[in-house]
Amino acid sequence: MLLIKNGRVIDPASKTDAALDVLLDGEKIKEVGPAGKIASPQGAEILDASGLIVAPGFIDLHAHLREPGQESSETIETGTRAAARGGFTAVCSMPNTKPVNDNASVTRFILDRAKAAGSVRVWPIGAASVGSKGEAIAEIAAMKEAGIVAVSDDGKPIATAKLARQVMDYCRSLDLPVIEHSEDVSLAAGAVMREGVTSTRLGLRGMPAAAESVCVARDLQLAELTGARLHVAHLSAKASLEQVRWAKSRGLRVSCEVTPHHFTLIDEDVQYDSKFKMNPPLAAREDREALLAGLADGTVDAIATDHAPHEPALKDVEFDRAPFGVLGFETALGLALEQLVQSGRLSLMRMVELFTTGPARVLGIERNIVSGQPADLTIFSTERAWTYNVKDSPSKSRNSPFDARAFKGAAVATIVAGRVAYKQ
Amino acid sequence: MSIKFRDLLALEPLTADELSFLLDQSKPFQEIQKHPLKKLATLRGKTVALAFFETSTRTRISFGAAASRLGADTMNLQAEASSLKKGETLLDTVFNLNAMKPDCLVMRHAASGATDYVARHLDIPVVNAGDGTHEHPSQGLLDALTIRDRLGTIKNLNVTILGDILHSRVARSNIHLLGKFGCKFTLCGPAMWVPRELEKIAPGTPIRCVYRIEEALDGADVIMMLRVQTERLDDPPLSANDYVLLYQLNAVRLRRASPNAIVLHPGPMNRGVEITPEVADGPQSCVLEQVTNGVAVRMAILYLLISGATESGTHPALEVKSKESANASD
Repeated sequence: MLLIKNGRVIDPASKTDAALDVLLDGEKIKEVGPAGKIASPQGAEILDASGLIVAPGFIDLHAHLREPGQESSETIETGTRAAARGGFTAVCSMPNTKPVNDNASVTRFILDRAKAAGSVRVWPIGAASVGSKGEAIAEIAAMKEAGIVAVSDDGKPIATAKLARQVMDYCRSLDLPVIEHSEDVSLAAGAVMREGVTSTRLGLRGMPAAAESVCVARDLQLAELTGARLHVAHLSAKASLEQVRWAKSRGLRVSCEVTPHHFTLIDEDVQYDSKFKMNPPLAAREDREALLAGLADGTVDAIATDHAPHEPALKDVEFDRAPFGVLGFETALGLALEQLVQSGRLSLMRMVELFTTGPARVLGIERNIVSGQPADLTIFSTERAWTYNVKDSPSKSRNSPFDARAFKGAAVATIVAGRVAYKQ
Repeated sequence: MSIKFRDLLALEPLTADELSFLLDQSKPFQEIQKHPLKKLATLRGKTVALAFFETSTRTRISFGAAASRLGADTMNLQAEASSLKKGETLLDTVFNLNAMKPDCLVMRHAASGATDYVARHLDIPVVNAGDGTHEHPSQGLLDALTIRDRLGTIKNLNVTILGDILHSRVARSNIHLLGKFGCKFTLCGPAMWVPRELEKIAPGTPIRCVYRIEEALDGADVIMMLRVQTERLDDPPLSANDYVLLYQLNAVRLRRASPNAIVLHPGPMNRGVEITPEVADGPQSCVLEQVTNGVAVRMAILYLLISGATESGTHPALEVKSKESANASD
């Protein structure tokens, strides 16, 4: 048993923000009570959370763990250790592994590896189409039975509107969310950053915001047509956000996520350094402003990292040749505190919601701190000063634009199924 | 005026004084081009590595001639003969070249920023001989030198650039150089190649984008042609006939410009496409002077960078890097 004492419990599901003690028994929460009122059972470990926030376990809806197939960039073991450091208790792993997670045996492999070597829970996302090639629908039902929580052809959109419609129809019947990497690939072809004054000045090929929003429009209309649960991944453009807002106002079952790098950086920050290269690319100043507003007003449902490790041998090349993607697990909370809370834009409660109940709702699960719930908790400080040194990361990759950045606030303990997965 | 710099990667970060210094330093080397005996011993014993990861004829030959006339030896790497096709990374290729101990690396690459990236990892001077669609600093300098010789000044001129500006490193270097001397720019070409974003790439420099060549030429003092890259005509698919109809510089259109206007072209020219032979060979054309001045400017660049004849003062683009700091940043 583990008794977490003297913490400030923030539980968005019940709007709780109070000094409470939490007693964990095995994999479940046993009791939640006013500070000092829970008697410490014989032999229970005590975790003193004085001055710390005790939140439901953070969920990352969007991560690339690279296993199977690209273990030189990341493994389930190294990736989940980095996730635990960042305070995440569960990460959804995108299916663009080698082979693609488009059948139940790959799904089971990932879950087995996670059970054997994972620091935190791994919730696999299955491919929408076979090989994510956009031709035939993958074995979604078999993968669901094996344990996937959603489908996506992430890295690219579901190739055609027709197939996207069919996947949405099918997933509606299976009650699975469809996560879309919304991108018009013809508009984005060859581009390495967002189109704008900066891309023009640097001579780097840009993709317009419409490369995303054109496909978001397609996907939202198909969600309306099919009634499917649609989740827009790593939304970056103001025009996309406005469409999601419109879709929500029509009552569609639509949600979206925003990454910390998109709410922190903009295209003007891009230098000739591939740590600034990701897809969708860093957007315009006004896009970032819109994302911040959407994070505050509820249009955005979740903060997701799009943790995308690439080993130095792949990433340390000319900007044009480097693969898209940056690390995200360990800097997400620090950036959210800095950009959203310390800036006064969001309450701490709302920020916690974006890491917990928000992503949980996307997946159709609950996330709260009450007796009987899984003992997944993220305990963090809003004050602790630290500097991110990517060379010290448990990740196998080093591609972060936030290396050497100083933060105020960090995960202090990550508890997964009653077990301490990380403790500072 | 003196500056201390290690690399020449871009003209954008340079001040007007620094640019004037570079132009002034080119003057004696212009004189040398007129001598029957053009070879100096200034850089005898030094080696210049010419690494052209993208095909180039005149720029490579021009840098080679510049090095040779300064008495330096050259090492040549051409993309097709390189290890890149065997899977070696750019950095490994450059480190191998560097291990042969050249005193300077002159590099061209199809990726914008590739020279910046390489320079961050090397402790010898790096000269950008054209990186993707970013900059071509020596071309910007030789164009300015040509204009100054012909018009007596590079200040406050009306400069018109015609063609595919979006993909032109020459246009960017010219804008960043001449813009610092009060020149006003008019950019003209098919709208896909002349996006409005170009008006904001050099804050403080008046730049306007127009889509009718007549409007672009009105009152121009300098007309810079850009090569119509036939490979670009596929993206976007644009008819060459349409291009000629709308944007070809011919003698009739040229009359709209100022009477003393000069015409520059970085070459290679497509006669009959972007420019008529009449204009290309006419009295206002400076294309061959540009080529001659190219050798002079490149001699000045190599001389300044290799001899360390530059003096104190720091600058971000003419980067000051001690060996220690260059290594530490890696």
